[in-house]
Amino acid sequence: MKNTINRITSITKSTSFGSARGHMERKLRSFIFALFRTVIIIGTSYVILSPLIGIIASSFFSNEDSYSPVVYLIPQAPTFERYRLAILRMDYFNVLGNMMLYVIGLTIIQLVVCSMAGYGFARFNFPFKKILFAFVIVTIVLPFHMIMYPLYTTFQNFTPFGLMGLFNDGNSVNLLGTPWPVFIMTLLGTGLRSGLYIFIFTQFFRGLPKEIEEAALIDGAGSFRTFSQVMLPNAAPAIVTVTIFSVVWQYNDNFYGRLFNVGDNILLSRRISTLQATIANVDAVRDPSISTLYVYAGVVMMILPLLIIYVFLQKYLIEGIERSGIVG
Amino acid sequence: MKKSLSLSRKKAIVGLLFVLPFTTGFIVFIAAGIVSTVRMSLSDVVMAGTASGVELVWNEFQNYIIAFTQHPTFSEVLGTSLLNMLIDVPMIIFFSLFMALFINQKFRGRTLVRAIFFLPVILGAPAIATALSSARAMMIGGVSPASPEVMASLGSGMVVNVSYYLYMLGDLAIPPALIEYIIDAVARINSIISMSGVQIIIFLAALQSISPSVYEAAKIEGATPYEAFWLITFPLVSPLILTNVVYTIIDSFANSQVVTLSYNTIFTEYNYGLGSAFSLVSSLAVLVVLAIVTLLLSKRTFYHT
Repeated sequence: MKNTINRITSITKSTSFGSARGHMERKLRSFIFALFRTVIIIGTSYVILSPLIGIIASSFFSNEDSYSPVVYLIPQAPTFERYRLAILRMDYFNVLGNMMLYVIGLTIIQLVVCSMAGYGFARFNFPFKKILFAFVIVTIVLPFHMIMYPLYTTFQNFTPFGLMGLFNDGNSVNLLGTPWPVFIMTLLGTGLRSGLYIFIFTQFFRGLPKEIEEAALIDGAGSFRTFSQVMLPNAAPAIVTVTIFSVVWQYNDNFYGRLFNVGDNILLSRRISTLQATIANVDAVRDPSISTLYVYAGVVMMILPLLIIYVFLQKYLIEGIERSGIVG
Repeated sequence: MKKSLSLSRKKAIVGLLFVLPFTTGFIVFIAAGIVSTVRMSLSDVVMAGTASGVELVWNEFQNYIIAFTQHPTFSEVLGTSLLNMLIDVPMIIFFSLFMALFINQKFRGRTLVRAIFFLPVILGAPAIATALSSARAMMIGGVSPASPEVMASLGSGMVVNVSYYLYMLGDLAIPPALIEYIIDAVARINSIISMSGVQIIIFLAALQSISPSVYEAAKIEGATPYEAFWLITFPLVSPLILTNVVYTIIDSFANSQVVTLSYNTIFTEYNYGLGSAFSLVSSLAVLVVLAIVTLLLSKRTFYHT
């Protein structure tokens, strides 16, 4: 430290502070740099936004707009017809409600299970701890498609320790086609990217000072009370990060939904993939260039809820990541 | 009974209780899944009236032999997937670090730009991509309002021959391989941008955790911004480069063609043994890549301790 101060105090005089020419030069340089930065940022934003703008604009096109060669982005006869039919055929509000319950339920389970595991790894010493933490890393790194067929059969003939036989005349139950497989896996800490969340919580709890827990222990709180009433309130940044990632990834997830055939009354993502065929057959919209417009409207309706959530939470997200310990 | 336990043993038991759900899940689903995939890949899977519906017959590594010597596409798809991954990863890392450096600076509209850059993470739903691409396929295959010739003539006026300008760089004695790589990067810019949302956020968080006083001290000592980047920013961000490389490899592998191939082999061709062999081989290949990359990078990574 002293060394640094000494070095700072011995500023060399060769720097061009104060001279008018150096000042101009620096201003010009920073202006050119700002221009360069602006161009790059606008270009990248354009690449990200242009498909979105195209989809939103096209979703308001009427048939005439779609056939007219002079219409570009701004429709001459805008219509809400695409949204009306897409919402009707996707059973939008119904499915969205179910999906929100599904996503929020899973996120809460993720938070409870992963924060518990993270706390256990961060603060307790127990046998096989290193091996168990290596398992967490394996869960993060392992490509889940490798075990998808065993998972599929596990839930097709679901008999945990043969206990199911007690309720179902000795037969196994087929849980495919229901949301139960996803819930069971999440409850056991192996849900969608659970390993990553456990890792985030472990890193975060390691960074918290030990004194707050010791105070709670001396006051006579048990380990679980210390965890739920002292540690969790202090882990707000990690909770926000995990919440947002979990909501976004669970909402967009196609892998578990497709593997376990979770019903299309729950997943909007499955509705959107059949929307065009439904509209073509049920409503006799045969021209693909028109039925595509309905898909665009459906896509907009599907990303809208996430977009609204994100706009409200994005400030907390960046702050949350900064403090959640992914960084260090 | 309870009182006979020492404090440390009691704490050990509580700790085990905290990680119990995860441990159970790992053993029941993941460990068991790995074991059963390995067994299946070594067998002929035959439909049978047993409780699990299938019977495994040992077949002397036939699935692996078929995968590498007889299957028409597997070796090629595996190679392309790995190669694409090796091309994509450096570009994604470079691009996201570059963008994070930009967004980290103070300028007007920074919040908006950050929001836009995180959009690909939200919009990246595979279902949306599938719906849009199938809509596009129907447009091309079906009756489209404009014939392909009309579309081509409409487009030709707007297309700039980018590679012509890029090959002009060859006059500057830049090696052709590098130019090819840059052209490839330009062609993929769309997918690179859409795959780097999370990485940008992670780099951004790392950059913000560097104390501004370090830069001030460096500036007073006469360090140029260039030196400040290589001597301060880069070493302090380097642990996160490793994190991001690992994340990118896993992420790009999860969306690669070889995953689709093994998925289709299992679920549409019902060839469980062969599909399991595919996924085991490809997963092992990725794990080897991950191990090599981690070893190479962690030696060059700077840690505080």
